[in-house]
Parts: sequence; structure tokens; C-alpha cells
Amino acid sequence: MSRRLDVDITFRYRHGPVIEGAWSDSLDERGVTVLLGASGSGKTTILRCLAGLEQPQRGHIRVGDRVWFDAERRICLAPDRRDVGLLFQDYALFPHMTVERNITFGGARLDRASVRRRLEELVSIFQLDGLEKRRPRQISGGQQQRVALARAVFRRPEVLLLDEPLSALDAAMREDLRNELRGLIRALDIPTYVVTHDRLDALALGDRTILMEGGRIVQHGPTREVFGDPKTPTAARLVGVDTVLMGRIAAVAGGLATVRIGGQELRAEAPGGVGAEAAFCIRAEDVMLARAVAGDMSAMNQWRGVIDYDTVEGPFVRVVVNCGFRLSALVTRDAWQRLSLQSGDPVVAIVKAASIRVLLRGKGAP
Amino acid sequence: MDAVPLTLMLAAGTTMVLAVLGLPLAYWLATSRRAWRPIVDAAVAVPLLLPPTVLGFYFLMSTGPESLAGRVYERLVGGTIPFSFTGVLAASVLYNLPFAVRPFAAGFAAVDPRLVEAARCLGASRLRAFIRVVLPLSWPGVLTGLVLAFAHTVGEFGVVLMVGGNIPGVTRTIALAIYDDVQALDYAAANEASLLLLVFAVAVLTLTYALQRRTVLL
Repeated sequence: MSRRLDVDITFRYRHGPVIEGAWSDSLDERGVTVLLGASGSGKTTILRCLAGLEQPQRGHIRVGDRVWFDAERRICLAPDRRDVGLLFQDYALFPHMTVERNITFGGARLDRASVRRRLEELVSIFQLDGLEKRRPRQISGGQQQRVALARAVFRRPEVLLLDEPLSALDAAMREDLRNELRGLIRALDIPTYVVTHDRLDALALGDRTILMEGGRIVQHGPTREVFGDPKTPTAARLVGVDTVLMGRIAAVAGGLATVRIGGQELRAEAPGGVGAEAAFCIRAEDVMLARAVAGDMSAMNQWRGVIDYDTVEGPFVRVVVNCGFRLSALVTRDAWQRLSLQSGDPVVAIVKAASIRVLLRGKGAP
Repeated sequence: MDAVPLTLMLAAGTTMVLAVLGLPLAYWLATSRRAWRPIVDAAVAVPLLLPPTVLGFYFLMSTGPESLAGRVYERLVGGTIPFSFTGVLAASVLYNLPFAVRPFAAGFAAVDPRLVEAARCLGASRLRAFIRVVLPLSWPGVLTGLVLAFAHTVGEFGVVLMVGGNIPGVTRTIALAIYDDVQALDYAAANEASLLLLVFAVAVLTLTYALQRRTVLL
């Protein structure tokens, strides 16, 4: 029988917003679910309710056959009874303990030999060799994150919760650590929930995405579906209205990857080798439209398609082209009039390989 | 001079009781979000403003032989609370509450609450999180509270006189002995004892401020 995480809660802040969250996930898939939303959308509150740090006023949280919270039956397990691993936004490492003591803090009920063994295992997975006797303030931000993660998973929790794991880092480090984090979560093989406001995090880490706004879940599903087909305008705004494509790299030549998506070939910077799975983000303003394929052109991507629909946005027109996948283009009204195209007409969409943003993806998604 | 061991015993006893009662109370004050917390805060701080005679008066009223507490005490232990060492100890604990609890609470409040949450999520009970995380990070405040409570009890006068009378060997502390000496015009003895307390007070305050290099807790 599959073990499920079953959540249906309402949390009311006194004189403040109401946060509602209801969903159900299979824990056997061990995937990563990203809760994506702007700050104040309630995603961190949901995470804290899961951890037992906040108590909702209504609903239930069930993990497998265990009840963590049930308002009607007046059950609310304390955080130490729930078997969760929580990574705090700024890590919350114990400043008075060494790296080693931090990591093994959760091992109070284990015998000495098991603690030793688990510590060595985690130090090696998280590449913390030689840092065991240091204090948190004596190691870098990236190392602190790894220590905090190692500490959170020391007890092999049933569920791993990460609260804005990358927000404490500067932009340059974010990029590197996002990739590193993806690899680590994959190696740990624990069902994981990640809270973030950055859609790039969701694209890089999430097998599933839960979109949140104004204290409510707006959409929930496989990341590919949520980003490829947002169901409501709110969801569309959250994921960005531009195009996100997902695919597996079929070939790499000269640093450029070729990916087949919806019967088209897409070329972009290669983030990994053949077989690597990635998300390709195309901003609407980077897409050019033409009536026919051009022979002598530097742009690497020219896709034939059909105009789906167009809407005016100020001085621009947003044109959605169906070329095996839906691609959003933003062109000026003048240019759109010059092309004199309408729904159903054939068109060629042109995108430079350099303007496609590539993000390596987590496991799982097809 | 049997006032010295008696004084030290009273101070040590007061400090120990305050450690047992004051630490949980201070932690509650530092972390509680209850609406009525300020009332408890105020109740703890009241002895800072009241003359010791007022506290002593109410203490006598509520523990005298006619009172409920007095009758229960007589039934269980025998004797009366006022004019006994136990009575002085209890009054002294009440009177010193702010001197211990306020530095404790200030120390606890300075500990990042997320560290406690982290400990709880790592399987630590409330008590273990307190012992392993809160105490090690707030020990200057805790130590300051204990030292101040001890020192303040050593120098206490009004409450001990009100509640304890002035019984040699039972409730006559150094401060009361000095008063007696002066009344008896024995300035040499008064001087000796006064100097002892003065040196002690200066030493304690120096130690306290040395502990508080960064944050002033009182």
C-alpha cells in the first residue's frame, strides 16, 4: 500500500491572513515538491504547520497511518514526535557546537557506534571532511547549508522540509548551490518539500509544484504541467507567462545541446551531458516572428508553427504560437501589423540559442 | 560571629530556590506570547519598587499563625513561619525574585528562538532543548542572576527584620548585626562587618559587569 502525506489545514493569524492548504502526495515516489509563491503567500506557514512549529485551527495532517495533527480529535504532535527534518532559511546552526555536534544533535537515542557511522556517512555525502571540529561561524555559507542539511537528515526523517534553502546566498552562489542541492536531495532519497519564492528553484528542484497565493493553493501538479499549462491567470503570473519547456538532451556539440521537444529541435547552451534533463526558459521578448524560414541568419532556433492567438499589451502584442509546444512572443504593434498575420496562419518563430535560459532538473519528471 | 554562616546559608538557600523556581519562570517570561504575560512581568518586578517593609508586612499577614498558610505549615512542620529561618528564606526568595529572574529572562530572550525550534525538530524535548541549546547560549545572564540574588540576600535588611525579627543564630544576619552594633555604640564591630559587606558588594558587581561585557542585563 502506498504511504501518503495527507494535508488539509486552515491556519488563521490573529488579526491577520488566513492560510489554507489541502493536498495529498504519495511518499513512495520520494520526489521533491516545491511550494512556490511570493512572500506572504503562506507557504512558510504551511511548512511550519507540517513541522509542528505552528498549530492550525482546523483540519488534519496524516503521514502514512500516523496522525500528526487532527483538530477534531485534538491531536497535535510536538515537533520532536513527528520525525521531520527541517532546514531553516538561515540554517539556525547551533553556534556553540562544532560541526560534528550540530550534525549528530538528532542522534540522542542512538548508540555511540551508530552515531559515528551515520556521521561518517553524512560527512562524506556532504563533503564536510576536515570541518568536523569547526564552529558554524568558521565555515562558508555553502558549507553551513550542507551542515544544516546533514543535521536535518541525520535521523532519516520521513519527510524533509526546506525553507527557502537558497535565499541566504548571493546570486552567484545560488546558481552553483542550486545544482549542488539538487544532487544532494537526489542522493538522500527522502520525500522533500521545498518552500521558495524563486521559480527557477521550482524548475530546477521540483518534480511537483504547488503554487500559492494569498494563503491559498492556486494549482498543484507535476512541475512540467504547472509551468507548461497554468490553469488560471494567477497561476500564469506566478510561473511567469513566458515559455518553459522541459526535455532531455539528445546531443551535445561545441557546448551546444540539442533537445527534441514537440517534434522540434531546440538548441541551447549545454548544462550537462547527453541524457541530462533540463528546463529551457524562453522570454517572450526574445522571440522573433517571420513569415518564412530565413537562410542566412545567426539564430540557431527557427521553428515552424501556427498562430494560436494574440492579445494587445500596451505598445506590444503578445502572440502565442503553437509549434509543437506553445511559445509566447512579444512583438511591437507596428511589426505585428506589417506581418499582417492572424490566428491559424503559419509562422516561423526565431530564438537565439544564447537567449534561452537552461536549468538542470531533478530526477523523476519525464 | 555566627551571623556570617547564617547569612551565607540564607543567601545560598535563596539562590538555590531561585534557580529552581526562577529559571522556568524566566524562560516562560522570555518566550510566552500570552496576553497576560506583562502582569506576571510586573509581579516579578514589584519588589524593585516596594519598600521591604511593605513586602514584609504582607508576608507576615499571609503566613501568620491565623492564616491558611500558617495553619498548614504548623500542621505539617510545626512552629510558625514568621520569626523562623524558613520564613526568612521564603520572604527572601520573593524579595529577590526580580534580581534573579530579570537577568535570566534577558539572557533567554537573546537566544534566537529558531535555534530552539531547530532542536525540537531534531527530536529534542522542551527540557533537552533548554539544557543543550538555551542554557549554553545564555549562561552569562543566568550566572548574573544567581550572583545578584546571592549578593542581594547577603545585604538584605528590611525584609529579614520584618519577617525574622532579630533572633541571634536564627534570623540575625550580618546586616542586622551591624544595626545592633550601632545601636549598642560598638562602632568597631559595626565597622568590621560593614567593611566586609562593602568589599563583598564591590567584588560581586565587578564580577557581574565583567560577565556582561557585551550586554547590560540589569
